[in-house]
Amino acid sequence: MRDKTIYDIHGEISWCPGCGNYNILPALKQALAELGIPPHLAVIVSGIGQAAKTPHYIYANGFNGLHGRAVPPAQGIKIANKDLKVIIHSGDGDSYGEGGNHLIHAIRRNVDITHVVHNNQIYGLTKGQASPTTEKGQKTTMQFDGATSDALKPLTLAIASGCGFVARSFSGDQEHLVSVLKEALNYRGYSLLDILQPCVAFNHINTFKWYKDRVYYLDSDSYDPSDKLEAFRKSLEWGDEGIPIGVLYKEERETYVDRIHYLKEGPSLVDRKWRPEDAEKFMEDFR
Amino acid sequence: MKYNILVGGAAGQGVDTLSTLLEKLLKRKGFFVHSNKDYMSRVRGGHNFIQIRFGTDPVYSHWPFLDVIIALDKDTVELHKERLKEDGVILCDEAILLEDRRAVGVPMIWAAKKVNNHKASGAAAAGAAVKLFGQSGEEALDIFGEKFERETADSNFRAFMIGYESVGKRFEIDKPGEDRHILINSNEAIALGALAGGVGFFASYPMTPATSIMRQLSKKAKDAGIVVEQVEDEISAINMTLGAAYAGVRSMTATSGGGFSLMVEGLSLQGITEIPMVVVDSQRPGPSTGMATRTEQSDLDFVLTAGHGEFPRMVLAVRNPEDAFYQTTRALNIADRYQILVIVLTDQYLADAANTILPYDFSSITIERGITTEEELKSDGYKRYENTATGISPRIIPGKTEGAVIMADSHEHNEKGSISENEEIRTAMMDKRMRKLEGLLEEIQEPEYFGSDSPELLLIGWGSMYGPLREAAELLLNEGTSVGALVFGDLYPFPGRLLKKYAANAKKLVNVEQNHTGQLGRLIRQETGILMTHSLLKYDGRQMCAHTIYDRIIREVL
Repeated sequence: MRDKTIYDIHGEISWCPGCGNYNILPALKQALAELGIPPHLAVIVSGIGQAAKTPHYIYANGFNGLHGRAVPPAQGIKIANKDLKVIIHSGDGDSYGEGGNHLIHAIRRNVDITHVVHNNQIYGLTKGQASPTTEKGQKTTMQFDGATSDALKPLTLAIASGCGFVARSFSGDQEHLVSVLKEALNYRGYSLLDILQPCVAFNHINTFKWYKDRVYYLDSDSYDPSDKLEAFRKSLEWGDEGIPIGVLYKEERETYVDRIHYLKEGPSLVDRKWRPEDAEKFMEDFR
Repeated sequence: MKYNILVGGAAGQGVDTLSTLLEKLLKRKGFFVHSNKDYMSRVRGGHNFIQIRFGTDPVYSHWPFLDVIIALDKDTVELHKERLKEDGVILCDEAILLEDRRAVGVPMIWAAKKVNNHKASGAAAAGAAVKLFGQSGEEALDIFGEKFERETADSNFRAFMIGYESVGKRFEIDKPGEDRHILINSNEAIALGALAGGVGFFASYPMTPATSIMRQLSKKAKDAGIVVEQVEDEISAINMTLGAAYAGVRSMTATSGGGFSLMVEGLSLQGITEIPMVVVDSQRPGPSTGMATRTEQSDLDFVLTAGHGEFPRMVLAVRNPEDAFYQTTRALNIADRYQILVIVLTDQYLADAANTILPYDFSSITIERGITTEEELKSDGYKRYENTATGISPRIIPGKTEGAVIMADSHEHNEKGSISENEEIRTAMMDKRMRKLEGLLEEIQEPEYFGSDSPELLLIGWGSMYGPLREAAELLLNEGTSVGALVFGDLYPFPGRLLKKYAANAKKLVNVEQNHTGQLGRLIRQETGILMTHSLLKYDGRQMCAHTIYDRIIREVL
């Protein structure tokens, strides 16, 4: 356990007053502190969006890249240095819209990173357009007659794609956030944590109260997160029938590094010792 | 003395295997060899051919007139017989009836049956070809042995010998010197350069004609202890590579024009995050899918400015397999030392053209990472984007220095990497980044020059035009023309010293390029104000050869 103030950074935070992100940030610091990960060994990676500003508000290494492209550099960083704790913090637009393809392949690749999605079901930074998780029919600042596409069920997608750790939390419950975040960070492999988070400025449907009235906790005594079919069923539950939060699915999988023998057994790629002369033997193929 | 062999057939008939055998055998005899491939974007059928030019003097490019055609099908004969010399020979299966008096039947299919290996017919053709030049064939046994299991190697060699015994000697050639060479194409050379240069991570998506770079690296990944990842798309390739480079591993990616287009936003991310990056663009004809297996030099304009916003970069083109190796290691060092993007241009011609060259001198290669040591770090806190006189800021590896964190940010940022919209910071950061170009000017290499000391006719090209231009200049010089050829490798920042020197007295300046608009000519005008008097352009997907250049210079320029 470390002092969580070591992750504090001084400066203005540009999120709107009342934004759900304000609850997620201290939960992240708390989880890092409880797991004893020092700032120089943590890398917070993001794309573009309100959630994607997270690397700027925490004292740790940061990679704030392109919209939709948080997942590729996060994997590159972890492959390069397996001793780093790599955590993506980005939004639903970044993770499920522009970056959807990377999500699917990150699940397949199973690099040991945690992907935290601040899911507020709307585009905040660009001021209120529909996101992939906006309900069909919901009116927005762009979809004047309501969104015409069906909302994506990201956790269903993840489970179906073979993801080994699929969880959901709610920014209104700090204790739950910290606990699920820690479990996600401790998981070996690609973990997806979708956090329900109200956007006070642009989503007037999915408000703090809307979520509060609908979320329910998966009972750790009666719910078995290793049951894939049950997890799949749970991932489909949404809206007035209740929204389950907690770890929906968990399964041990070989990580990317496990699958590459010399990476698993040897030092991190960044510590590889190499001289140009070491490559001379490869010229033999051309004799 | 040089000879020229064409091996042709449908995709899947073993043109490549046969040609590789012949090339290796000739190389091991001590001949200089150059081969280039012409193939269709299909897995079976169609028409593919490889031209092998060899001799006792160095060979730099392909040549139109043929001494031998090895035809695995009848189409090959029909398509190429016009280029066969009067005293040339067509080697084809004895079952193919040809009226051409130059045809010599070889029991190719019979040999394959006889040795009980239906894939060995090409070996019989190779045996016959070797015999035509009066060469012995013992090297073939080793070559088969390196490629196949014992039994398959033996059956191939027996088929080879059946072909060998079936024909007589037809051509005279001097005895070559000892084999001192390696035989390698430019994609393999780039991969070898990457390995020598210490690349630890390579992410890419297969795209012709860049794929063989990844393939070569992938083959050696385990042995070298590096990671080669085939990713979901080129957007992932550039972003994942940037992530690995940020984390301190020397990283690189390669693609062709279409994939490069997808990477472009990532190049801009490189620009603002200043993460060292080398991207290879192996060009093919566009626009769009264009012609996947053909050649062009049409991405120069594109890569000079690819990426939104303004940021420093270096663009260089490799000219041959020797250059490709050394330039790749140089590109990696420059990218690291200046924390910039280095774009390495090559093309399908070079990707598929093997050449005998002297072995690379690995002891001459250095790995210069430009990473700041803990001692060099200032005590008042680490600033990733410190505004320095050179524009190069201290770069450290995340996780290696306790108490120091590194922020890479796609937004404009202050010296610590925090988002800033402040006008003074913005101006200072733009100036800091662009200032690196001043240092880069010191690194720039002048083009290679061949020809008269003060030429009246100056031929100018870049990249893969090296071989054809070098030989074309020789042809013209031999006829007493006052001519010189300048072949650019470095293109941006633009090296103009030699150009200005030779252009000063030249009466005719001709840019020779494999594109429609004369992109180098335009770059020269932009950077130096020098105007070309003529342009010699080709954009049919097939590389100009020295003879074409020579012929067109005489008809269109002189």
